[in-house]
Amino acid sequence: MEILVQQLFNGLTVGSVYSLVALGLTLVYGILHIPNFAHGALYMIGGYITLTMMTKAGIHYWLAIVVSILVVGLLGILMERLVFHPLKGAPPIHDKIAAIGIMLFLEAFAQYVWGAEYHTMPSPYGQVVEVFGLTFTVQRILIISGAIVVMILLNLFLKKTYIGATIIAMSQNREGANLVGINTNKVAMLTFFISGGLATIAASLSAPINLVFPGMGNLVILKAFVIIILGGMGSVPGAILGGYILGFTESLGATYISNDYKDIIAFVLLVIILSVKPTGLFVKGGR
Amino acid sequence: MATLLKSKYLIPLLIAFAILFPVISQNDYYIHVMTLSFIWMIGVYGLNLLAGYAGYLSLAHAGFFAIGAYSLGLLTTKAQVNFWLALLLSLFITCVIGTLIGLVALRTKDAFFAIYTLCVGYIIYLVIDKWESLTEGVRGLIGIPAPSNIGPLSFEKPESHYYLVLFFLLFVILMMYRIVHSLTGRTYIAIRNSEDLALTIGISTMKNKLTVFVLSTFFAGLSGALYASFIRFIGPDIGYISITFDLLTFLLVGGIGTLSGPIVGTLIIVWLSQQLQFLQDYRMMIFGPVLTLLIIFYPGGLVGGAIEWKMKIKARKANTASRHLRKNELEKGSNTAAMKKQVKEG
Repeated sequence: MEILVQQLFNGLTVGSVYSLVALGLTLVYGILHIPNFAHGALYMIGGYITLTMMTKAGIHYWLAIVVSILVVGLLGILMERLVFHPLKGAPPIHDKIAAIGIMLFLEAFAQYVWGAEYHTMPSPYGQVVEVFGLTFTVQRILIISGAIVVMILLNLFLKKTYIGATIIAMSQNREGANLVGINTNKVAMLTFFISGGLATIAASLSAPINLVFPGMGNLVILKAFVIIILGGMGSVPGAILGGYILGFTESLGATYISNDYKDIIAFVLLVIILSVKPTGLFVKGGR
Repeated sequence: MATLLKSKYLIPLLIAFAILFPVISQNDYYIHVMTLSFIWMIGVYGLNLLAGYAGYLSLAHAGFFAIGAYSLGLLTTKAQVNFWLALLLSLFITCVIGTLIGLVALRTKDAFFAIYTLCVGYIIYLVIDKWESLTEGVRGLIGIPAPSNIGPLSFEKPESHYYLVLFFLLFVILMMYRIVHSLTGRTYIAIRNSEDLALTIGISTMKNKLTVFVLSTFFAGLSGALYASFIRFIGPDIGYISITFDLLTFLLVGGIGTLSGPIVGTLIIVWLSQQLQFLQDYRMMIFGPVLTLLIIFYPGGLVGGAIEWKMKIKARKANTASRHLRKNELEKGSNTAAMKKQVKEG
């Protein structure tokens, strides 16, 4: 019983990170229909910048995360402007390849600047708390609560603000949004900024319990793709729900099936889903 | 020179050069690099057929490359099967797995297909990496034999191995040529341009897509099997996604959806990488942006760009020629008008 609760808690932690990454991915897909293979690289860069800010510049964890969000967000905007915007009318195969090109570059760049070795991120929240005989680290609690706060804020932003409404309008119909006077270019840039920011938050929160290294985004991005297919490409609640479903499946699978194969679970899940329903689960209409 | 460059002469010339290359260079290292690039080319042709002609971007090709390589490696080292039989079997195994995966994968489209194949590729990699009792895991397979002799032909020396790989490459190119210049090839292009339209005009898209997918995995498997027998050592890394990206880079630099693209791209990148050895792991810092810039400004790669350039020149020539013609006609016209005027006045 204790193991089960502990694993559910772990699933909640992992799921929070996945949900945040998948949210950024799904926003970009929903609005620009680009499966952004470089999203994992943004996640990785976010981790490195927070780490560098803390260790080299010596600023506080929270401030480091804010700086990192700004930097990676700008990187996202640059990507949109320099690469995806010029490719707007190109055949669908092109933006996928361009995204792969960016990913390869960012990974090699990180390895060049920070080296190939694994780094551990220091965290001011290393304490352990005990509740009902179960031990939880504060960092893990922070990941869960942080992710939930970010998700609520994002939801409020999309639902309650005018700018958020323009994002939703554009995801529903790009031409229509343009016709009613929404600056689609600005919305696209904003979306990439938010997407990069979410990836950064996920990386910065989870880095103290994982590690920071050039390939850290690879598995996460693959799983984020699984999640947004699970939750419906472009759907915000789908990404959140999918993230937690995958998080729980993985941590329970690792305990009760095999720890060696825990990474395979996500992909087998995807293969099964797409085998049964080639357009993904919960996809509205045919795209 | 211009007549020399006509494709009628160019192809035999290139083949002659390829055949004479070991004699000309006499350098084992160069022959090694050349053989390796030929092996890659075969895999790139596989990707080209699927992504370039049928429009399905598969990110699982490193997986099929690895399946080909590991099938050959396991059959020869663990089951002690004769090399040539093992080669045939490994191609067969790749095709069977390709058919099974294709049957499911091809029901998905666009982004879903890319993501699906990306995950399939990752599963293949993980299975190879974790299934230690069969694949030796991260230690890899050591001691894969070189091709066994066919009568008096032995493949121990680098040159003879070079010719063997060249033979397979020429066979693949011929096959590609026949496919592309046939109704089947046109069918693939029709599917790439609009699958719904292709379906409407009575093309059985699923059957065609499956054929092209299996053919494409066949090439990838052949490439992998040749790689295994050439390098003689394989590890799970050959199934990793970065190999798919390498193949994709070769294809895009050369020209996706063209016949000579895979040759041009692979040769340039492989030799360039040899020259840029000092970059090692950082080569992607150059190739990544190149890939991205290429897809923005030269989506057809070098070959596609060259074809476009040729067409432009042709169009310009045709333009000036027609302008000349029109000018002459105009002059004639004005002459007759003048004559008529004269007649009237006269």
